[in-house]
Amino acid sequence: MTIENYVILRNKKLTEKTFELTIDAPELARLSEPGQFCNIKVSGELIPLLRRPFSISQVSGTEVTFMIAVTGTGTGILAKKQTGDELNVLGPLGKGFGIDDTFETAILIAGGIGVAPFPFLINKLKEQGKEIILFNGARNSAELIKLNFENELNSTDDGSAGLKGNVIDLLHANRKLFVNKNVKVFGCGPHPMLKALQDYCSTGNLNCEISVESNMACGFGICQGCPVHSASEDKYYLICKDGPVFNSRDIIL
Amino acid sequence: MSELDFTVKIGNKLTLKNPVMLASGTVGYGNEISEFLDLSEIGAIVTKSISLKPRKGNPPQRVVETTGGMLNAIGLANVGVEKFISEKLPFLEKVNSTLICNIAASSVEEYTECVKILDKYKIIKGFEINVSCPNVKDGGLIFGNNLEAVAGITEKVRVVTEKPVIIKLSPNVSNIAEFAKVAKERGADAVSAINTLVGTAFDIYTRRPKIKNITGGLSGPAIKPVALAKVFEISRNVDIPIIGIGGISKWEDAIEFMIAGASAFQLGTINFVNPKAAKEILEGVKNYCLQNNIKEISGLTGSYEL
Repeated sequence: MTIENYVILRNKKLTEKTFELTIDAPELARLSEPGQFCNIKVSGELIPLLRRPFSISQVSGTEVTFMIAVTGTGTGILAKKQTGDELNVLGPLGKGFGIDDTFETAILIAGGIGVAPFPFLINKLKEQGKEIILFNGARNSAELIKLNFENELNSTDDGSAGLKGNVIDLLHANRKLFVNKNVKVFGCGPHPMLKALQDYCSTGNLNCEISVESNMACGFGICQGCPVHSASEDKYYLICKDGPVFNSRDIIL
Repeated sequence: MSELDFTVKIGNKLTLKNPVMLASGTVGYGNEISEFLDLSEIGAIVTKSISLKPRKGNPPQRVVETTGGMLNAIGLANVGVEKFISEKLPFLEKVNSTLICNIAASSVEEYTECVKILDKYKIIKGFEINVSCPNVKDGGLIFGNNLEAVAGITEKVRVVTEKPVIIKLSPNVSNIAEFAKVAKERGADAVSAINTLVGTAFDIYTRRPKIKNITGGLSGPAIKPVALAKVFEISRNVDIPIIGIGGISKWEDAIEFMIAGASAFQLGTINFVNPKAAKEILEGVKNYCLQNNIKEISGLTGSYEL
């Protein structure tokens, strides 16, 4: 866990509302694992006050990239950042994806900006020689953030790209691709999608990890602001510290 | 030129190496923030509220940002006194921190029971009694709004410990000085002011409250003028040491609190934003003293000119 000012190398627009910020951050790059996040101060001002949490989207050499959707004031400020600007970043934070299990095929399920942590995860899975299938869905083709990964299938709610339907429909429609394989599922997206994925994996008895989003203040366990209820005990986990990645069986969304 | 004397006395029993304290509920039990701060250099750390039994806390959403501040309704989630002693205390001892335990309860007996259990641990240098949490149904603000309840709790806690007793006051009252006066009369060594202000926020599209508890405690820079006024009000009316809290985010804010009457101050929400804030504010306050030829930091307390 480090807290530093980093120089922004690039701000690349992806869709109307999404962009990628890349910083030069050797120590952060070295420490980061797929599924972890950073808590970013969008400016030196007291308004907005709190940091904003973002998945680490990609690590390449000493470069760290965040994929960000504009949803409010804080992300709006980040969208305007330019090469050479500084960014105060706290991270890496939380517990990332478990990729050391004995599975052969990784099924990645992304909804909207939920695709953010997957470029980094794909790189690591490739290093391990795993087969990877990415199911990537969005509301429409304009909002779809395609990773242009060779094994990527898409869906949109309005059918403007890929299958018409949501990403769980897409998964269902392509069961033959993985049904007889030793798979592990990785999901990231909005809560309704994650809930549907929990059900799907529970019914199909598939090992599944999901990355969960929450409002949070500190990002490292001191504010206790980001609880998610345990599935087995009468207690809350903290999304920032115990997560953001959980086994889908372990939490109640 | 003589060295700057940075020590502050909170009543007769508690001397801190400097006036910077870390507020309850904003630094957990010290272990996470110690990655950014040398806790032995900080005046004191006040623990997350400890209750007799563990508390699970409120369901999400617990926090939301507002303009210049944040609302929280954590609900006193904590490990309980037993686990605090076995799992948290050893670390706080190891890092050589000056430790104040914040105690929350839903009955007078629970307060005294909790203090009694913790009293024997030498590393605990005092107790801050939370009579003002706005986010739990049982206890909390029900006590903090009621002069007799604050009197009763102070009196009963006073009996079970020789250590400094600090009453953490609520700003959600019309006359905070009355509460400070009662705390002093019943034997408190100091008061800390203020706890959070009751607030809320709605989502205009779903028309639902942005936090599940509907209301939460407002903290952060937005509340600083209110907190300063409360500290000043106590300072002018009651002769009791005050620990100032409320929206301090830079060293200038801290100086303001001391001028208004605070003997020491606590940093809260800013720890979430900048976990190194305590060290930076300590440096800023030191420089201010050096530049303004202030030899004893304690001389700043209540030094306002009207």
